[in-house]
Amino acid sequence: MENTLSPVNRRNFLKLTGITGAGLIIGLSLKSNNGLAEVAKPGGDATLYDLTPFIIIEKNGAITLFNPRPEIGQGTFQSIPSLIAEELEVSLDGVTIKQTGGEKLFGRGQFAGGSSSVRSDYFTLRKAGASAKEMLVMAASQQWKVPVDECYAENAKVYHKPSGKSIGYGDLAEAASKLDVPKDPKLKDPKDFKLLGKKTLRPDIPLKSSGKAVFGIDVEVPGMVHASIEHCPVFGAKLVSFDDTAAKKVKGVLSVETCDRVFGRYKHVGIAVIADNYWAAYQGRKALSVKWDYQGNENFNSKDYDQGLRDLSKQEGIVDHEKGDFDKAYSEATVKIDAFYETPIISHSPIEPMNCVASWYDDNKLEIWASTQVPGDLTHSLPKEYNIPEENVKVNVLFSGGGFGRRLYNDVINEAVQLTKKIGKPVKVIWSREDDTQLGPFRPMTYSALKGALSADGKVVAFQHKVISPSINASEHENYDKTKPDGTMTEGISEQKYDFQNMKNLYVNAESHIPFAAWRSVTSSTLAFSHECFVDELAIKAGKDPMEFRLAMIPSDSDTANVLRKLKEVANWDKPLPDGWGRGVAQYEFFAGLAGYVVEVSKKGNGIHIEKVYAVIDLGTMVNPDMVKNQVEGAATMALTAAIKNGITFAKGQAIQDNYNNNPLVRISEMPPVEVHILTNGGPKIKGVGEPGLPPFAPALCNAIFSATGKRIRRLPFDINDIT
Amino acid sequence: MPEYTLNINNKDYKVDVDQTMPLLWVIRDFVGLKGTKFGCGIAQCGACTVHLNGSPVRSCRMPVTAATGKKITTIEGISENVDHAVQKAWIELQVPQCGYCQSGQIMSAVALLKNKPRPTDEDIDVALRGNLCRCGTYQRIRSAVHRAAELMST
Repeated sequence: MENTLSPVNRRNFLKLTGITGAGLIIGLSLKSNNGLAEVAKPGGDATLYDLTPFIIIEKNGAITLFNPRPEIGQGTFQSIPSLIAEELEVSLDGVTIKQTGGEKLFGRGQFAGGSSSVRSDYFTLRKAGASAKEMLVMAASQQWKVPVDECYAENAKVYHKPSGKSIGYGDLAEAASKLDVPKDPKLKDPKDFKLLGKKTLRPDIPLKSSGKAVFGIDVEVPGMVHASIEHCPVFGAKLVSFDDTAAKKVKGVLSVETCDRVFGRYKHVGIAVIADNYWAAYQGRKALSVKWDYQGNENFNSKDYDQGLRDLSKQEGIVDHEKGDFDKAYSEATVKIDAFYETPIISHSPIEPMNCVASWYDDNKLEIWASTQVPGDLTHSLPKEYNIPEENVKVNVLFSGGGFGRRLYNDVINEAVQLTKKIGKPVKVIWSREDDTQLGPFRPMTYSALKGALSADGKVVAFQHKVISPSINASEHENYDKTKPDGTMTEGISEQKYDFQNMKNLYVNAESHIPFAAWRSVTSSTLAFSHECFVDELAIKAGKDPMEFRLAMIPSDSDTANVLRKLKEVANWDKPLPDGWGRGVAQYEFFAGLAGYVVEVSKKGNGIHIEKVYAVIDLGTMVNPDMVKNQVEGAATMALTAAIKNGITFAKGQAIQDNYNNNPLVRISEMPPVEVHILTNGGPKIKGVGEPGLPPFAPALCNAIFSATGKRIRRLPFDINDIT
Repeated sequence: MPEYTLNINNKDYKVDVDQTMPLLWVIRDFVGLKGTKFGCGIAQCGACTVHLNGSPVRSCRMPVTAATGKKITTIEGISENVDHAVQKAWIELQVPQCGYCQSGQIMSAVALLKNKPRPTDEDIDVALRGNLCRCGTYQRIRSAVHRAAELMST
């Protein structure tokens, strides 16, 4: 996204937001000398200014807060406005929250990804709220002609302490707007917080408990038609011909068009059946007769590809990270172990299928309605792709029925745009669950070749993690250079706090024609499994307790040590378990943050029962502890599905799985109790919430299984009912 | 196309649709009630759960013809003001994340509590096993069903 913000004037801004009678507008400007966001207000009517507005207080007292972060289930509909409301001294009940639609006016950061929302906005948005409050308080003191320090703000009013009189924000807004913006407003002491750090009720929950929340798939616009699109399940196929005679006979079918599904470096043609309702479009699509030329890709299958990855592990690979002299230390050591770990391809499978409503009108105008994680990206890329002015593109962001990384990608939105442009009517595209399951993009598998050596006293003297995998970057971009390290595919393996004196981590790229993409917690979702299970193998080899073995290698003042110590405490690590039980520990730190688990399991027939899950997430600081817990509970569930359900495999060039019956998710009856603890030790670094709870779950589970049964699981998924 | 009369949330709707059309798409695209969701189309995820004469059914696999002459209840029909005990419990325990599956979860929970006012964990497993949640709110769903049972008994 671009750094520069477009100049707008006050009148244009009000037109854009549909708000009249605005008294005070406060936002952030990126025009300051140091490049940091600075709190600012608009100039006079005729003056151009650069401002990303976040707060509007109207003369009638109505307060609007803008939320640039799409709500995909991670709670930004509350967490982001809370940052402003806390400092502005208003309750969330009394404000209108508007989701921004990627408008240039609203600047950068209009996306949800990387567990970044709260930690990116934590101080800037609080500052915006605090500046606005100081201006309102100043306006009141001037109106009353009393010293400003006799006034304070509370619940959208300014009070005069000595007299007890008060005045609402609406009545102060215009006067406040004429004051200078405090550049360095005083932020509240966290001990005075009313919202931040407290369990507060989310404003979207009643909507989501009554069917009233509007998701992308629920949008209807006048004159809208529906499309269902046939794609070849064999990636890389060419369309030879199709016969739509039968499709056009289906009642309700209007026309048949082609479009391209563009994902990263791939372009795959689709045949769209357009009808006056979705069911007719879907029936019409099923009546298509299509001839594909598979281009040899029909021979692709998982069995051969997986063996290819194992063969590739014999290559040296590219050095990703090096410390000390691994080769020497490893060759000289007397106690060493090697292990090979494997993980599967998996799908995102949000329950809201991929969809988009798009409307092309007046020759060069475009409006879309979408469940998307990236509105800022859409308003930036669509005008370029369709060669229309930026101001002609409007994006409406709806609630997303799950994202998990899938809605970072605009392939389906792009199909809807192509179709509306062709037929000149608004169109709603819905991908079926089969489309979603079979067409990806998928999380790639990673295979890991690990080597470790121990000193006589049981310390790790040499460690190597070699990752063998296809690449997300190679899938997303042209001109991937496989001779260079690929940090996305080796995510986190060199960032763990273990004091390995000699370490050499490597990467071997495997070519692929499958669309691969980021999935919640990206590659940490697989690498934590191999990395942390192998650390466990080293602990066992060294004859040490896995918890103490880790703690002994980690600086005691580190966040990681805090997480492990907390886990040890809350899980009663040292307390003996009943016969047939076992417990395992794992942690993982990566770009999104840091978390750890202790999992307790018991033997059940040939399989395993998960008795209890303890999670600790390290945040530094947080907005809503209850939401954090919900996120970690969810991450554990998603990680359990990824560990024990079958994932995506290929035969005859296409995904074998096509719906939840053969690509299942964990159900309520399979869900163990999860107890979440949050560390908020403050500190300079705020860590993310959405993703860190995922990676360490599977290794903690598998380490527990080893503890209970002596069986070391090195390949995911595994059958929890039969681990023999 | 034939015309059918559907009684949804105690109101009659006349719809002119193909006889094979699943009830889900009639409710969403023809009646215009969007709270009932499409998730899989094969009765595996439960997002489309509605009540037919009080019993939970997957509307994505039920042809419209099977629903005529019966009382259909959707999420919009269980309360006027989001104040059904199950909804109150959902809000109190802050169950939803993305919220997409929750209409179906709530419809299954409402039906369960009608038959079993004090359900056990096993009862909840059986009644809600058909409702998938990708965000992983199962633990809260379980607690909220117990809480709703408490609210209904007082």
